[in-house]
Amino acid sequence: MLLISCPWCGPREESEFSYGGEAHIVRPKDPDALSDLEWADYLFMRNNPSGRYLERWLHAAGCRRWFNAERDTVSYKIKSVYKISDPAPRGDE
Amino acid sequence: MKKYSLYGLIRNSFNHQENWPRVWRSLQPKVEYDVIIVGAGGHGLATAYYLAKEHGVTNVAVLEKGYVGGGSVGRNTTIVRSNYLWDETSYLYEMSMKLWEGLSQELNFNLMFSQRGVLNLFHNEQEKRDTARRVNSNRLNGIDAELLNTEQVKKLVPILNTSPDARYPVLGASLQRRGGTARHDAVAWGFARAADARGVDIIQNCEVTGIRIEGGQVTGVDTTRGIIKARKVAVAVAADTSTLASMAGLRLPIDTHPLQALVSEPIKPVMHTVVMSNAVHAYVSQTDKGELIIGAGIDHYNGFGMRGSYSIIEGTMEAVVDVFPIFSRLRLLRHWAGSVDICPDASPIISKTHVKGLYFNCGWGTGGFKATPGSGWVYAYTIARDQPHPLNEPFSIERFTTGYLIDEHGAAAVAH
Ligand SMILES: Cc1cc2nc3c(=O)[nH]c(=O)nc-3n(C[C@H](O)[C@H](O)[C@H](O)COP(=O)(O)OP(=O)(O)OC[C@H]3O[C@@H](n4cnc5c(N)ncnc54)[C@H](O)[C@@H]3O)c2cc1C
Ligand SMILES: [Zn+2]
Repeated sequence: MLLISCPWCGPREESEFSYGGEAHIVRPKDPDALSDLEWADYLFMRNNPSGRYLERWLHAAGCRRWFNAERDTVSYKIKSVYKISDPAPRGDE
Repeated sequence: MKKYSLYGLIRNSFNHQENWPRVWRSLQPKVEYDVIIVGAGGHGLATAYYLAKEHGVTNVAVLEKGYVGGGSVGRNTTIVRSNYLWDETSYLYEMSMKLWEGLSQELNFNLMFSQRGVLNLFHNEQEKRDTARRVNSNRLNGIDAELLNTEQVKKLVPILNTSPDARYPVLGASLQRRGGTARHDAVAWGFARAADARGVDIIQNCEVTGIRIEGGQVTGVDTTRGIIKARKVAVAVAADTSTLASMAGLRLPIDTHPLQALVSEPIKPVMHTVVMSNAVHAYVSQTDKGELIIGAGIDHYNGFGMRGSYSIIEGTMEAVVDVFPIFSRLRLLRHWAGSVDICPDASPIISKTHVKGLYFNCGWGTGGFKATPGSGWVYAYTIARDQPHPLNEPFSIERFTTGYLIDEHGAAAVAH
């Protein structure tokens, strides 16, 4: 089980959280102006990398707030957590 | 290919069964092939076999980064069935089921295909209505399906807890009698052997690291064993689909998740069918050796690590012990995880792409083992003719743009 640090509540067990998938997907400002292809890209297409990943979590059985995490999808190690409004952390590359 | 037979078995018993030939050749890759298949899982190997058999395309390489059977084809819980809800999926899985029914003979390899029946339990009124709808839809599509009440289920599986006070009361089940299990490793080995016998090169320890494209046309792949040329590259890498897609500048609607399973100590035969329950995210069958194979639901986070979280199997085991109280004191011997490629509508993608000569077969998620022969058959057709077969036409990448999704969450969302 993952140990996840909620930015507000501190380290808690994974079972208190629910998962929100890829982070930093911005809803298009004017959906009507998009082509079907662009809309499909926003709605369905994902990067799904094996390695460094920025993702969303919800502390569902705690403070019920969303936040982002930087996690490795192979080792599952969480490198950092940050607020939804924070910019994406830079990679090590 | 040396044919396996009783006579061969007896003859070789005089030399302690030591004179069997290699099951497939060990090879260096050639400079160029007509078709390169990436990934020697069940789907890649079946595709190679049907390319050779149905289309006479034999200048084919299957490139595998690890070893044959090291992916999900060797990690699944071996359940085979075709009782999906929608027409598109029903036709595809039923076609696969028909291939299974003659496959051991055709491949001359004992796949231990056992049509012992698959029960899908329901535990509340809404699930009961959904199941009745699915059973009706199956029957309209010519797929065998029956709706059983609690007593009928109890008769088939006496060890089920059918008490009305149960945490998950069993109100009934759907039954597909032609469903069952097959030995997963044998499926990989059987297809590998039969494809090899028809001239396909199976190359292990050969990871594809890049896809070469010139003027919108595929020209080959970069691998850990050098560049290999081909004007058709067909990807069948399951969990690693997005990685391969990014090599060609594509994005796909896929997320990779861990999926876990467990095996118990062997006991005497207590369960003669496969029992699945969507609501409790558990599915159980008993192997010929007597072990119980128990599968869980996916872990919710993206993961390629071939590991999952304890809380998932804990939840599954709690439910399993409630539904089968007799299992409560069994010891579990092994536990593992695979990684599965999940599509938003729980249906696969078997498709051409906008790059000429590049094909993707993916998104089978938690349930692609049962589709292995059918998937290989339609994928081979798509590659050989550069156009989809009517059976896989609805499963193109375009459906995410047109909105023509094939929502099989009801029949497929639980792992199986
Ligand atoms: C625990 C578990 C239980 C399951 N239970 C069932 C079930 O009961 N019934 C059912 O129908 N389905 C089940 N499934 C799903 C099923 O196993 C998969 O959908 C199916 O096996 C995927 O297709 P495959 O066999 O081709 O994949 P795999 O066997 O994973 O093959 C993909 C191959 O591609 C290779 N590869 C990846 N990247 C590269 C690269 N860059 N270069 C070269 N090679 C590469 C991998 O090494 C791998 O061998 C289960 C899965 C799991 C994990
Ligand atoms: Zn919190």
